[in-house]
Amino acid sequence: METAKEQAAQYTLEPATDIPKSNHYYLNMGPQHPSTHGVLRVLLEMDGEYVIKAQPVLGYGHRMHEKMAEHKNWMAFMPNTGRMDYAAALPFNHGYAALFERLCNIEVPERAEYIRVITSELNRLVSHHLWLGAFLLDLGAFTPILYTFDDREQVLDILEDITGSRLTYCYFRVGGVCKDIDDKFVERTRAYIKRQRERFKVYNELVTGNIIFLKRVEGVGIISPEMARRYGATGPVVRGSGIAYDIRKAEPYSVYDRFDFEIPTGTTGDSLDRYLVRLEEMEQSLRIIEQALEQLPDGPYLGKVPKKLKLPTGDANFAVEAARGELSYYLVSGGGDMPYRLKIRVPSYSNLSLLPELAQGMLIADLVAAMGSLDLVIPEIDR
Amino acid sequence: MPPELLRMIITAVLVVAFVFLNAMILGYMERKISAHIQRRPGLMEVGPHGVLQLIVDGLKLIGKQLVVPEGSSPFLFRLAPLLSFAPCVLPFVVIPFSRKLQAVSMDVGLIYILAMTSINVVAVLVAGWASNNKYSLFGTFRSVAQAVSYEIPMLLSLLAVIMMTSSFSLEGIIEAQKYYWFILIQPVAFIIYFVSGLAETNRAPFDLPEAESELTAGFHTEYSGMGFSFFFLAEYANMFTVCSIATILFLGGWKGIPLPFYDYSGIIWFLLKVYGLLFVMIWARWTYPRVRFDQLMTFCWKYLIPFSMANLLITAIMVKII
Repeated sequence: METAKEQAAQYTLEPATDIPKSNHYYLNMGPQHPSTHGVLRVLLEMDGEYVIKAQPVLGYGHRMHEKMAEHKNWMAFMPNTGRMDYAAALPFNHGYAALFERLCNIEVPERAEYIRVITSELNRLVSHHLWLGAFLLDLGAFTPILYTFDDREQVLDILEDITGSRLTYCYFRVGGVCKDIDDKFVERTRAYIKRQRERFKVYNELVTGNIIFLKRVEGVGIISPEMARRYGATGPVVRGSGIAYDIRKAEPYSVYDRFDFEIPTGTTGDSLDRYLVRLEEMEQSLRIIEQALEQLPDGPYLGKVPKKLKLPTGDANFAVEAARGELSYYLVSGGGDMPYRLKIRVPSYSNLSLLPELAQGMLIADLVAAMGSLDLVIPEIDR
Repeated sequence: MPPELLRMIITAVLVVAFVFLNAMILGYMERKISAHIQRRPGLMEVGPHGVLQLIVDGLKLIGKQLVVPEGSSPFLFRLAPLLSFAPCVLPFVVIPFSRKLQAVSMDVGLIYILAMTSINVVAVLVAGWASNNKYSLFGTFRSVAQAVSYEIPMLLSLLAVIMMTSSFSLEGIIEAQKYYWFILIQPVAFIIYFVSGLAETNRAPFDLPEAESELTAGFHTEYSGMGFSFFFLAEYANMFTVCSIATILFLGGWKGIPLPFYDYSGIIWFLLKVYGLLFVMIWARWTYPRVRFDQLMTFCWKYLIPFSMANLLITAIMVKII
């Protein structure tokens, strides 16, 4: 029997290069560091303030979500999906519910699809608000995070009313959603949209035009379209590089094909572009919500679903546009009510994987800015 | 007891008391102003509107253990906070708070203050080096480079005023502003001085030595309890010194609308001006993002120094002509 210590010794980390040059040294950024936003550890080989090599070390927040999925029926696993990406849990709910609907050919009422779109887009706004505040905090501006949290709070209150939770939602069900929205919700959401449009002006005045901010993000962390493709980056990261790839348009799911919205793209692929893309995405989300509220049909909010869902043998895949990019679930079923295997493709993982190439030769301050602009959520990467 | 000795003791006690009081006022100001900028109430719990919070915080810090990290140099590690704090108290001795409220009148008061404030760099160097922490060392490198660079435009902008008054004595400079404040004829020097002052005291947007999102806490990462609070006190004392130099050289010191007992009550005008400038410092910190280190250096060497040189040259010519 190996002792725990011997076992641990097998997992020691390979250094970034075999022998560091005499004036190079290693710096551990994380797992506890103010700007890695969670338990991400980046092992840096540094020369002065310049990063020679960066190596992300994952697994500090590993919770075996994929393995757990193999031992739970869909309802028992639904809360787990909200705990992977705590900043935008509803798209994770959405993908998982829709996966079973596709596998078992379950009809979803139209009203439920609209509710899903509205709440998912509200959740995207929540996530982008969190990112906006945290990104600016990384750049050393302390105040914007309280402004964005104020706005985020407005959405959270609306979502709390119908979903019952504020962060790790478990609102969607196979065949619909678990609670209907009411007139009060519609009214509050409309009021919020009006308020939020005013707030964008404040953000632009406070941040976007600020010369220090521009100096910190312009030309920093340039991701070329080719590089973004090579690493499979999705979401605002790939859109910042100028590729208009969005699942909502590329392979529309739910009722996204009924709305008129644009996919904002950047030109150079630097941190500023990713910032602008996300700000514009927030505006587009508001547009989608507005249209969805207009078109909201009456009807049931939950379709007819058998109490115990029998999965047919076979596999299914479902991709949604989460706040950080393409999220796709792939399920292999061998019958019964539990999946044989569930693979979750999360956006942050591929977005993080381009960090080593991105970080080469960067200043440490730029690394913080670039990492902030990737908008990483670590529990989603570690799963 | 000889009266001279008594005077020295009273001065020392008053100066140290003022430094602590100033740290408390500034700490309260900073937390309240930042709170209102961020649309939250801020301190509210201890005392009315939380005015006693800083006293409680001070007691908490005194009660905390000073953890000496493994592999550090214990003597230097303990020395650094004192080295940082002691020179920050000394400038207060020569600052003329009003016509009569000045402990020591010195012919070279300005040089003395500038000399004392620059010792702080050594303390930061010692603190970062002794901590045995890479983040601390980073902060130290940045701090030393920053302080050394920014001292140049700072001195050059002050020299412009010195040329006009031909005096290093603080009272002399105040007396020279009998009819108008020097900010009116030296606005460029004032702006350069104030910006360099922000950098000298490591305040945002130039707070790179303690850039939280990059270096956790910079040179004082490893310090706890009173070790940390001495750096904290020194920072606030330095801020006060920088702003009081600005007040004396550019804003007429204690001069204002005459009040009863003007020889003493001038302190009201002086403190109003100083805390007004401090308010601007705090305001800037809670509004702007942080600059990058190379941008900071570029800003100093490519913009501030040439501008202050040009300003000095123009002043020299004007003084010669007039």
